[in-house]
Amino acid sequence: MNGTGNIVALRPFPDAARLELNDQQLRTNLRRATHTIRDKRLRVVGEVDDWEALRRAGAAIKDDVLARLPELLERFEESATRAGAVVHWARDAAEACEIVTRLVTGTAAREVVKVKSMATQEIGLNEALEAAGIEATETDLAELIVQLADDTPSHILVPAIHYNRSQIRDIFRSRMPGVTDGLTDDPPALAEAARRHLRAKFLSATVGISGANFAIAETGTLVVVESEGNGRMCLTLPETLISVVGIEKILPTFSELEVFLQLLPRSSTGERMNPYTSMWTGVTPGDGPRTTHIVLVDNGRTATLADEIGRQALRCIRCSACLNVCPVYERVGGHAYGSVYPGPIGAILSPQLTSSGANSTLPYASSLCGACFDACPVRINIPEVLVHLRQKGVDAKRGKPSAERAAFVSLSWIMRDRRRYAAALRAARRGSAPLRGRGRLRRLPWPASAWTDSRDVPLPPKQTFREWWAKR
Amino acid sequence: MSSARTEILARVRAHRPASAPPVPRDYLPDVPGIDVVEVLVDRLADYRAGVHRASAATLPGVLAGLVATSSTVVAPPGLPAEWLAEVAGPVLRDFPGAPISVADLDRPGVTVVTGAAVAIAVTGTLILDAAPDQGRRVLSLVPDHHVCVIWTDQISGGVPAALARLADPSRPITLISGPSATSDIELNRVEGVHGPRRLDVVVAARS
Repeated sequence: MNGTGNIVALRPFPDAARLELNDQQLRTNLRRATHTIRDKRLRVVGEVDDWEALRRAGAAIKDDVLARLPELLERFEESATRAGAVVHWARDAAEACEIVTRLVTGTAAREVVKVKSMATQEIGLNEALEAAGIEATETDLAELIVQLADDTPSHILVPAIHYNRSQIRDIFRSRMPGVTDGLTDDPPALAEAARRHLRAKFLSATVGISGANFAIAETGTLVVVESEGNGRMCLTLPETLISVVGIEKILPTFSELEVFLQLLPRSSTGERMNPYTSMWTGVTPGDGPRTTHIVLVDNGRTATLADEIGRQALRCIRCSACLNVCPVYERVGGHAYGSVYPGPIGAILSPQLTSSGANSTLPYASSLCGACFDACPVRINIPEVLVHLRQKGVDAKRGKPSAERAAFVSLSWIMRDRRRYAAALRAARRGSAPLRGRGRLRRLPWPASAWTDSRDVPLPPKQTFREWWAKR
Repeated sequence: MSSARTEILARVRAHRPASAPPVPRDYLPDVPGIDVVEVLVDRLADYRAGVHRASAATLPGVLAGLVATSSTVVAPPGLPAEWLAEVAGPVLRDFPGAPISVADLDRPGVTVVTGAAVAIAVTGTLILDAAPDQGRRVLSLVPDHHVCVIWTDQISGGVPAALARLADPSRPITLISGPSATSDIELNRVEGVHGPRRLDVVVAARS
């Protein structure tokens, strides 16, 4: 069963990327931000003597979890239920949204506060809640910026990475209640404005919604890693807490966190540790919500599990290190990928979760330079999966007519015979002779224009090596 | 139609890898050869937390100094009374039967004083596990100022050694590394977002 929701691109990557490439401000903002974070990351990763051993352990733990997933999911459900949580299962985005909406509607609440979560972004929960007349407020600063701007996130960890401080100030001035024109673009002033805006919501909200970074099978514990304290507010103050968790988030035992709490913060924000990590198990009387629900979501994960090479994408811990080192992401930004999972990991995760449509262009959104594999804390071989998915895409189309295939069929007929090949080269040189002196061709007529829209074509040389050799 | 649970589990069973190789555990169980107290102090200061030294004898005086300008001092149920013996103003005690309201915790000038379960030196992290000297999670979240006491014998070097010291993973656990902070605006770190604006850590030696 394929995944649905905000992981399905509406248009092919090349079309979306071409539009984004026109935005010079976006490129400037992205370059500054991604370079800042990759420098920080390199510095703190360099402090850890056993980094490679931790990466190997992290990858192996995740692979082990995938091999034992049925048992571990059952174990998690049993432990969490025993601790007082209610566990639900959702096959796809629509079913997950329906469960959460029903749970919220079952309380008297018409407003919910949300912790930043990729799973709820993925299933399009905010849109579903809105349709049911429930207002969902994003409380992570970057998510709030994006929500106020009526925009969509463009980065896994820093969803508003495409905005600079003066753009954020303008969004707050025009969209945040109670903010005056006097607000400056000083980051502390902007953070303070967000604190004031959200404080009343935290203290009055009766329902909180979160995701989870890890779910511990042994104990039924959920773990949320964050920075601002908005997560802690949403996880502890409301009466009801609903957590949406992808089925691949399971870890067998509590002690496995010793690996991931070292890998995740350093890879994501380039800090030794994120300011706050919360862990809770079911319900604790007198401390935190009185009712906790956990929605376990498939949404294409089992389909991804079926692919022997592609399944390593399910190791992903959503750190976003691969985005920050990717030359393609740095130029086009997150929106071009069309899914809530942008960048290199998105290029392999989104097509596998959804298996068709515009996402089939995503495996080509890469230079295959390999920087993403080096940065990945759980050693997902992203280039390997990209090539594998490209191969699958080509195999699926084999036998169907296409201009490209027709061209290559003729080309292979020409290149199979030395005389035919030499004649073709002579013809090409003669044909291009009037253009000599221009160096490179900027534009070719259709269908070759598909190539020259974004690349220049070199002209054939005046003589071939064989001709030159024959004259010696 | 079968239930979502049955269907998902059946699909996971059908598609999972046959087996996975064993997990290599050759990463370090702790960070060897460091002075855990000095490293913790260094890392906390790097996060711009206030760091103070005390002994069992000087702790009440150090704490009294840190809360001197507070309007109210809040304490979890099991915080040793002698720690706050020199505090001049009122001390509000949070009890399970009579919890302090969130509105009261949110008042200007409230300081909470807590203990901690464990600390991780290399990451500058305090771990609270809701033991009686730490109390409910909201106590260290809503007030503007958090003063946390960590004994030097509670400090571990690295993450694995520290997590292994936690008594019960199913308690509510909070890891705190510096004050609340955001990096969402051009990836500049800004302290003091939704949690306490100010974090003071008292590193105390038992003797």
